[in-house]
Amino acid sequence: MSAQLTRRHAFVFELLGRSDYAIIGEIVDPGAKVLDLGCGEGELLQWLAENKGVDARGVEISGPKVQRAIARGVSVFQCDIDEGLADYPDGTFDYVILSQTLQETRQPRRVLREMLRVGRRAIVAFPNFGHWRVRSSMLMSGRAPRTKLFPYEWCDSPNIHFLTVHDFEDLAAQEHLVVERRYFLSGHRKVTLLPNLFAEVAVYLVSRAG
Amino acid sequence: MIVEANTVGFDSISLDSGATLAPIEIAYETYGELNAAKTNAILVLHAFSGDAHAAGISHETGKPGWWDNMIGPGKAFDTNRYFVICTNVLGGCRGTTGPASINPATGCPYAMSFPVITIGDMVRAQKMLIDWLGIPRLLSVSGGSMGGMQALEWAVAFPESVVSAIPIASTTRHSAQQIAFNEVGRQAIIADPDWNEGNYYGRNPPARGLAVARMVGHITYMSDDSMREKFGRRLRGKENFSFGFDVDFEVESYLRYRGSQFVTRFDANSYLYITKAMDYFDLATGRGSMAAALELTRARFLVISFSSDWLYPSYQSQEMVRALRSRNRDVAYVELQSNYGHDSFLVDVAEQTGLVRGFLASTFEKAQ
Repeated sequence: MSAQLTRRHAFVFELLGRSDYAIIGEIVDPGAKVLDLGCGEGELLQWLAENKGVDARGVEISGPKVQRAIARGVSVFQCDIDEGLADYPDGTFDYVILSQTLQETRQPRRVLREMLRVGRRAIVAFPNFGHWRVRSSMLMSGRAPRTKLFPYEWCDSPNIHFLTVHDFEDLAAQEHLVVERRYFLSGHRKVTLLPNLFAEVAVYLVSRAG
Repeated sequence: MIVEANTVGFDSISLDSGATLAPIEIAYETYGELNAAKTNAILVLHAFSGDAHAAGISHETGKPGWWDNMIGPGKAFDTNRYFVICTNVLGGCRGTTGPASINPATGCPYAMSFPVITIGDMVRAQKMLIDWLGIPRLLSVSGGSMGGMQALEWAVAFPESVVSAIPIASTTRHSAQQIAFNEVGRQAIIADPDWNEGNYYGRNPPARGLAVARMVGHITYMSDDSMREKFGRRLRGKENFSFGFDVDFEVESYLRYRGSQFVTRFDANSYLYITKAMDYFDLATGRGSMAAALELTRARFLVISFSSDWLYPSYQSQEMVRALRSRNRDVAYVELQSNYGHDSFLVDVAEQTGLVRGFLASTFEKAQ
């Protein structure tokens, strides 16, 4: 398995069934120190450890998922992302990954700041709430939108902070972050036109200025 | 798997108290085979009342080891892959030198002339055995409760000799509550007239005091839930209250039985010495701070706690994990859901098995 992805290609292959993982797998340098927040069962970390030789650590709140991650040999500790980074010294990691979880955190701004305190770079992947399907779902139904990307009833959804591509760009500007790379995906296709309307998932590589 | 106990002697050991104990004997058992490169050795560390007989069926007693559900072919500590060692702690009464051993200077048992020992002393004694076995590095040191304290002490005191550590249901230092329960146990023994300032060898041991101490201990090892499930308010062999102070309730019967059983296999003075060693335990002692102590470590860590364990609550494991993270150590942590209280690490091993097996396999692979 490999994350075959170059900027020349309009299509993104899947890694472990996910195209955002493929991009993350491409971004991360071999041998880097990586922390994955909300790492689930540690599949991405295990792939990065085996294929990129990274020093992999993970944080996950679900006990059963932590158990399966540890059982597959990944060093994961059970903790809440909103609180879990405080103990790490500054600059501990080369990359801190937050994949499809920013919208689930209670304090996204604080999480992003903490990511860039303990890590030199942050990789943030999130579902784009500005996608046209989301907009049309809400417009047509008059109810909290439900789409492939946002499949939950409003009362069951883990998502508590919805954001769009524009919103993340604004936050990055407010926080004086350098956006080193940005990727926009619709299924396996890369989106180049009007990403806030057509991207289902956005992946950002950001760092602190200076 | 029939296993035999071994004993090895050493000239002397210097203790944290400043005293020297000479000579000493260490009882140990081993399971599995040491590989040619000597990279598959795991030291398993027993809790307060355990002994060197961790796995298999004892040749001597016919009984299974205290962690037989975790150690053996195909189990968490897989003896088809690893060479597992377990020793009885210094100060113990199950083959390693302790207060019931004969002081060669007097020809009598040490009793209370036995020097006070620490978790650090226990670990240094184990290091002598590991050196004697010719093992340069341990793939893992692992144990629950006091065994976890020894695992942490190993990782701090001998960082170059420890590839990984698995402290389970344990702590970096004893809390006031933990010290308090130990003190109740000690005072029960000391208050028994048969204790006789510790000089009861060859006479009646302080069986009543030791049994009461054990009864208190057993309460702390269980949870409210597990006691309700196991005993509830059920009466023992009767329909109605006796309106007296004989056994009415199942739980009374159980505690009395466990207390009386304990007396036949455990030395009261060892109870005093080993509980004191636990109470003195604080990884930071002599090392400046907890952070400074953990800075010394080089091992990977797997830390496990149990949701219903109120004797060694999860917050203590989480403190340990946070301190390790603050030194950027490789640490995995999970709180397992179990109703069995502190005993969980001994009895509720299904999930623990998956964790330990995976952690050891990846540690072994990385270490090659």
